[in-house]
Amino acid sequence: MPEKEKKQGTNISRRNFLKGVGTGTVAATVAPSVLIGSEKAADAQTGDAVASATIQLNINGETYQVEVEARTTLLTVLRDGIDTGGNNIDLTGAKLICDRGECGGCTVMVDGKSVYACMMLAMDAQGKQITTVEGLADGENLHPVQEAFIKHDALMCGFCTPGFVVASAALLGENANPTLEEIKIGLSGNTCRCGTYPFIFDAVKTASQKM
Amino acid sequence: MASWGEASESRLIGKRITRLSGKDKVTGKAKYTFDINEPGMLYGRILRSEVAHATVMGVDMSEAEALPGVKAVIPLIEVDKKVRYQGQEIAAVAAETDDIAKDAIRLIRVDLEELPHVVTEEDAMAAGAPEIRDWAGNQSEPGVREEGNIEEGFAEAAVEVEATYHTPVQTHVCLETHGHVAKWEDNQNLTVWASTQGVFGVRNDFAQRFELPANQVRVITEHMGGGFGSKFGPGLEGHTAAELSRITGKPVKLMLTRKSEHLVAGNRPSMTQKVRAGATSDGRLIAYDMKGYGTGGISSGAGFTGPYVYYVPNSRTERFNVATNAGNQRAMRAPGHPQGAFAMDSLMDELAEKLGMNPLEFRRINDPNEVRQAQYTLGAQEIGWHRRNNVAGSGTGVKKRGIGVGSGQWGGGGGRGTEARVTINADGTVEAVTGTQDIGTGVRTVIAIIVAEEFGLDTTDIRVKVGDSQPGLPSGGSGGSQTTPSVAPVIKTAAAAAKQKLFERIAPLLDAPVADLRVGTGTIYAVSDRTKTITWQQATGQLGMESISEGGTWEEDLRQNGAAGTQFAEVEVDTQTGAVRLIKIVAVQDCGLAINRLTTESQINGGVIMGLGQALLEERFMDPVTGRMLNANLEDYKVPGTFEIPEIKSIVFDTHRKVTGVGEPPCIPTPGAIANAVYNAIGVRIRSLPITPDKVLDALAEKKA
Ligand code: FES
Ligand code: FES
Repeated sequence: MPEKEKKQGTNISRRNFLKGVGTGTVAATVAPSVLIGSEKAADAQTGDAVASATIQLNINGETYQVEVEARTTLLTVLRDGIDTGGNNIDLTGAKLICDRGECGGCTVMVDGKSVYACMMLAMDAQGKQITTVEGLADGENLHPVQEAFIKHDALMCGFCTPGFVVASAALLGENANPTLEEIKIGLSGNTCRCGTYPFIFDAVKTASQKM
Repeated sequence: MASWGEASESRLIGKRITRLSGKDKVTGKAKYTFDINEPGMLYGRILRSEVAHATVMGVDMSEAEALPGVKAVIPLIEVDKKVRYQGQEIAAVAAETDDIAKDAIRLIRVDLEELPHVVTEEDAMAAGAPEIRDWAGNQSEPGVREEGNIEEGFAEAAVEVEATYHTPVQTHVCLETHGHVAKWEDNQNLTVWASTQGVFGVRNDFAQRFELPANQVRVITEHMGGGFGSKFGPGLEGHTAAELSRITGKPVKLMLTRKSEHLVAGNRPSMTQKVRAGATSDGRLIAYDMKGYGTGGISSGAGFTGPYVYYVPNSRTERFNVATNAGNQRAMRAPGHPQGAFAMDSLMDELAEKLGMNPLEFRRINDPNEVRQAQYTLGAQEIGWHRRNNVAGSGTGVKKRGIGVGSGQWGGGGGRGTEARVTINADGTVEAVTGTQDIGTGVRTVIAIIVAEEFGLDTTDIRVKVGDSQPGLPSGGSGGSQTTPSVAPVIKTAAAAAKQKLFERIAPLLDAPVADLRVGTGTIYAVSDRTKTITWQQATGQLGMESISEGGTWEEDLRQNGAAGTQFAEVEVDTQTGAVRLIKIVAVQDCGLAINRLTTESQINGGVIMGLGQALLEERFMDPVTGRMLNANLEDYKVPGTFEIPEIKSIVFDTHRKVTGVGEPPCIPTPGAIANAVYNAIGVRIRSLPITPDKVLDALAEKKA
């Protein structure tokens, strides 16, 4: 490597990283002190008290073996899970957005019905057929809902899109020809901040005609 | 002079083209920062203060450090320093799993000495309130502007209105929270996947923060899940991700939680304005006197527009910021405009009514913008303006309908600074590369359309690379509706230069002068002799080992500043429940040449929907007692869902054939149009957003009393 291109290392150390964090100061008055963040995670103290088990999950027609804790959600397994062979499951289509059943970004199908994967424990998903957005297409042939979403531009940033696609497919599975009102009800559990709703409604209509 | 050519000559530009990233987004293949899984990656989390104002007395991280699976714990604030809002950073951890990181955060003990806080504007301005920053009485120096002579103006006025309008703090609610994945190599090279609106700005920020040459930092944003103005810098969370990665030697992912996103990732400041205005008997706005303030939390930046798009010869305005113990404001889609427009358009209707004048007529007299004058006509037709109540609230029955109008104006003319390359390879493939980012507006597809039009190809033939600082082709941040007008001219001239080079190479082969050559659809031919035609593949086959690769320049003539818009809303108000249901919104929006009509319509829809959220739903609630935000989640902080969506007619209003950005303007006129429609329906005015059922019922009860 020529001399002038020599790489330069960072000069930051732990001490001066903190120094660089800007915090202003204001006049102090005395008040009782409070503790925050001191609530104990009981099991976390010992590191071994957390109940875990190795389970099998059927996702998009494939069987995955994973070790999970009792608290592990289906969404965590899909997105962050590592199977017992050491491979990332890496099904990141379903998104973590609200983490409490308010937005539908994590929607997957469990035995054909749409479910918030952030609200389902992985252990409870055993023995069920899980379909994620990655499993909707038939090889290179997209699901009619997916085709229609592209055609109608029913997406902008696309972060909510997998959830809407799966929820729409599940809706059409239950009601092949929904009215606009039924589409709104069927997708009322999903949120889009970019505001793609009008074109989503169009897309679901188009898909229903194709199915 | 560079030009986009006539509409009749365009094969792709201005048409409805599906976006290139569509397939990846509907199949779940599109990878956002949140989706990056690097081998050995750790998960970062930040412990934040639940107290709005306090002194840090001590931080004990030892228990967290001892937890198996925890790889690093770092403090983010020094002892004796102050925290000044709920959500301020205290310490951070990196652990093998996100659940362990969550556990570790709970094991950090923080000793805080609480200080008195103020989280509402009223509390902050009250006599004896604790001063929380360097502003006397928690109020910044007011900015005062005067034009004409206000006294003379009011002397000429035949009617006057005095009113107070209010809009609350809104949060951006990006569905992908702010966050980064950081990865170091040898303490020398830093790669960061960032959910950002400004790849190069973030790169330069990291380089400065970690004292590295800029070319040793690479920032990647292949896809990102919404920013709306709040995602320009890495913020402390970004620096923390990089620091955790540096000390552990492992990649670290650190994404904000939903709660933190509401607390610390920006917000649209509030607005309270007291205004007195007058108009002459022939309907001219003649005097405008406004005093107002807003809070952007602990920071400044709570400005808003007024008297906005209407011409007033005599005016005086005074604005100031109020400091509160809450997270910093950040730019939010058309900063300052929707709140100012809501107040001004409400005021216009109140004045028109006093004059006994149709509010549209009143606007026609006072709006100097010619584009909007034409838009008023079109919009009125589309909504059926003649159906509105001549006397507000005169409809019968429990559910009453009304129609209203609002206006907006934006710049969006783009600017210099984008570098791009368009490359033609011998195998016929084409690549277009620039360092901009696609924040959901579809700039990839815009780039492909321009290049494909120039070369006679399809958009899917063009490989577009954006969202990576690596090739070192900078572009600005995606803010101010500047992306397309900044990028499109450079891409256009780069493609034109590459085409010229290709023509020079094949002219001898076709035995035709270069000036005679044209592209067809997948062909190149001589215009003087059509028998001289070769396919694109045959043409590029001449290149052998040498690709053609050209840069472009930003041409003023290819873009224009200024986007006018107007919107009409029809609502139905249930006078028993107070619920406002939207029936229809017509949005007439100018953006010059819409390169992709389909994605432009999407953006107009999106702006309208964000605007209707502001009109009817969105408000950050702060608890004055605890100093905390009460609705820092997606259930209690209401954003529009399927039930709130009316029929939306988004009209791309064609004016000139120069590019203007359109990301922000369509959210501006919506709240004013809806507020005016509500008034037209029930005959009582709600001057405070959001227009919730309780406010409607209160107002109706007051009217009766
Ligand atoms: S992330 Fe599961 S519903 Fe929002
Ligand atoms: S497309 Fe961005 S949130 Fe729906």
